[in-house]
Amino acid sequence: MTTSPSASRLRVLLRLPVWLWLGAFFLVPFVITLKISLSEPATAMPPYLPVLDWRGGAGDWSDFLRALNFENYVTLATDALYRDAALTSLAYALAATAILAGIATPLAYAIARSPAARQPLLVALVVVPFWTSFLIRVYAWIAILKPEGLLNLGLLRLGLIAQPLEILNTPAAVLIGLVYAYLPFMVLPLYAVLSRLDPALREAAADLGASPTRVFWTVTLPLALPGLLAGAALCFIPMVGEFVIPDLLGGSETLMLGRVLWSEFFTNRDWPLASAVAILLLILVVGPVVLFRDAAAEAASGEGAP
Amino acid sequence: MTAHRPTALTRTALLLGLGFLYAPILVLVVYSFNASALVTVWGGFSTRWYGVLLADGPLLEAAWVSLRVATLSAVIATALGTLAALALARHGRFRGRTPFTGLVTAPMVMPEVITGLSLLLLFVGVGIDRGLGAIVVAHATLGTGFVAVVVAARLRGLDRDLEEAAADLGAGPFRVFATVTLPLLAPGIAAGFLLAFTLSLDDLVVASFVSGPGATTLPMRLYSQVRLGVNPEINAASTLLIAAVGLAVGAATWLGARRGSRAAV
Amino acid sequence: MSAPLLRLENLTKRFGAGTAVDAVSLDLAASEFFCLLGPSGCGKSTLLRLIAGFEAPSSGAIRLGDQDLAALPAHRRPVNMMFQSYALFPHMSVGRNVAYGLDGLVAGRAATAERVAALLRLVRLEGFADRAPATLSGGQRQRVALARALAREPRVLLLDEPMAALDRTLREETQAELRALQRRLATTFVVVTHDPAEAMTLADRIGVMDRGRLVQVGRPADLYRRPATRFVAGLLGDVNLIPGRLGAEEPGPHRGVESVVGPLLARAPDAPLSAGADIVLAVRPEDLSLSGEGVPGTLVEETFLGDRTRRVVRLADGTCLRATTAPGEGAPAVGEAVAVRFAPDAATILPA
Repeated sequence: MTTSPSASRLRVLLRLPVWLWLGAFFLVPFVITLKISLSEPATAMPPYLPVLDWRGGAGDWSDFLRALNFENYVTLATDALYRDAALTSLAYALAATAILAGIATPLAYAIARSPAARQPLLVALVVVPFWTSFLIRVYAWIAILKPEGLLNLGLLRLGLIAQPLEILNTPAAVLIGLVYAYLPFMVLPLYAVLSRLDPALREAAADLGASPTRVFWTVTLPLALPGLLAGAALCFIPMVGEFVIPDLLGGSETLMLGRVLWSEFFTNRDWPLASAVAILLLILVVGPVVLFRDAAAEAASGEGAP
Repeated sequence: MTAHRPTALTRTALLLGLGFLYAPILVLVVYSFNASALVTVWGGFSTRWYGVLLADGPLLEAAWVSLRVATLSAVIATALGTLAALALARHGRFRGRTPFTGLVTAPMVMPEVITGLSLLLLFVGVGIDRGLGAIVVAHATLGTGFVAVVVAARLRGLDRDLEEAAADLGAGPFRVFATVTLPLLAPGIAAGFLLAFTLSLDDLVVASFVSGPGATTLPMRLYSQVRLGVNPEINAASTLLIAAVGLAVGAATWLGARRGSRAAV
Repeated sequence: MSAPLLRLENLTKRFGAGTAVDAVSLDLAASEFFCLLGPSGCGKSTLLRLIAGFEAPSSGAIRLGDQDLAALPAHRRPVNMMFQSYALFPHMSVGRNVAYGLDGLVAGRAATAERVAALLRLVRLEGFADRAPATLSGGQRQRVALARALAREPRVLLLDEPMAALDRTLREETQAELRALQRRLATTFVVVTHDPAEAMTLADRIGVMDRGRLVQVGRPADLYRRPATRFVAGLLGDVNLIPGRLGAEEPGPHRGVESVVGPLLARAPDAPLSAGADIVLAVRPEDLSLSGEGVPGTLVEETFLGDRTRRVVRLADGTCLRATTAPGEGAPAVGEAVAVRFAPDAATILPA
């Protein structure tokens, strides 16, 4: 479609509020965070130095640049706490993503194979928990996982265990929480791709002598890959920076970057160091974003399947 | 014509998957009616915790703050998100499309601690008061991308011929938008608003960063109690929240289904 | 026919309240080219899917030789299918698509590659093994699907609307190729189509389906000349239907009919019909002659169709009949009086 010059000017005007708002409240804050990560903490309000005077001229800027220091990044690089937290965050996010793929694939496949009239209801059932409070859903697991909780109670009564299992405040509890909270984000893109798959492709494979298992591994799964990648991107990135789940379900030794950032900010009131942690976290998630972007965009625009 | 037959395998997957999703919620609801203060010991049916909840002044105050923040931020997010959706679904390959798409979608996956901290630093840096207004701005920023995705999906499913027919019948661009595009888009916009509203109602992390001492949202209040351990009053509050969401989603589905069947006739 | 290769016995498939395939019994001979013909929704595709194993019959049996096919899942049946959409795996090359069915059948990479090359040669696609299906034209994709379905050397090849996605000129060329290929391979082909011309071009025998039932099976010329029902008569080509009452039984090959346009003579009916029964006479337009003696009428319309001319004659009672003749022949003008006549052997008596 061709557009007249006036129409295209109108379109630029329509996009302007979005550019301005997200620029001011999403992009600029990152720049400020980067700047403050290069400051030193101070017991003042705001608690960092140097403070850039926005009204200042060129002289202030050069003073400001001279006063930048990389102390916080040196701390991040040398203190084992931060390195461990970064590695732990990545490990949890990776493990949870893998488990999610394992759980979401059969679930999404089962929904896509259900009678067409029942599929909207099943999709809604997967989405509804996502609409209920994240905090509450994580909280619900405390009552289930704690030593005198329902899971242990049930297992003890069934005689499967003699002693209550220690699950709450362990890595296992964090993984359960991550998988539980992010399951809808993995199921939905997978379902979107699987439901668009031409059923004739599976039938053709069976017709050519492939057993149901071979049909799944050679046809269904490869064609569902864009959905799997989109789901992985949707889950992995926020999980790396997750705060609530490790805070409520993980023990005090569960160090994830989100939690480290939180305590640097709220407990130690070290805003510059918290900013540096934020920048580190950002760098950790930007890699996967670039990696997954094409697959996610493809799945989102519906061009992933023929 | 393909007959979908539920096999034992798909049935098991559905049962286990949905069971996993709903069991914790069910536990929460059941134990909100527990007479005992001990969360895992069943002491008989009782609604006493709902009484305690209704007498909890700070909690109700926090709920009121949350409702106001959610409404305001969802209105802003819906307006911005709809504009963004129009650009994404209808403006074709405009200059700056890739950064625009990135800017709209990035807040959805950005870890909340980063968004929260960086917004706070902005507010402090330019001297905006931390508090209710700051939370509204933060939540509107978070919600815009979600609204954009939902509305853009609806826009892509919309038959372009309808708009072209309106233009052909003499309607200018504004009239086409107001009389054809917008009414057809309404269910998507409503869904986007609800999504932004729920996200705001749900957010703990970003609100904790940007709110001052004056403004405590419901999740912040709940979080401070949850940290102290499992508490039947929170079960009751959670049950009410879940019931409200269940009703809203049910109503939305029902409305959507009715609208769909009417359109099909 | 000697012992049939494929035998369907009272095959029935119900979906909920509807019956897609209704008590179909059919014998197919080895190396036969069979067409299932019918309008969309008549159950022909379901019948094909029952044979392939994608649907389980509600009742009835499917036998291949002395083997009960109904007991086997789709992937163990010695029949293969070419899908209407071709269903080529988009994530595999042409070669890997064709090789998919050879897994466990042909041992070794070299032997598989050789077999794939031979199959692609068979459908004139040498050198296409490494191409992606998305880069092929519609006709090329169809031939890949054919090669893939033939890879396992099925005893019966099922083809679901094989020409539906091709444009007209390509379709005629492909029909001839498919026919030649079937002769060469001597494999039993079962083609589902809604196009009567295609069915008549391809098939040794045609089975006409209507609302789940197999209404008539026979050679194309027999079906065209001696349809068993009005539905079959109309499906295979244009036909004039003249209502009337059957006259008394009489010796000889012909039978009198008291029709709305007067007494007529027709070929004696194949089905047992009693005298006085309501019937219709089916006469093909090319069997009507407008010269000599016959039922009087007026020429009301003339359409030039190149190789022939179609004329419409209105008879005294208002009945309109269509006649196709070679152009120029006789050539009465529109508005002139004509007489319509046909040979008794060209008229078929059908139940009303």
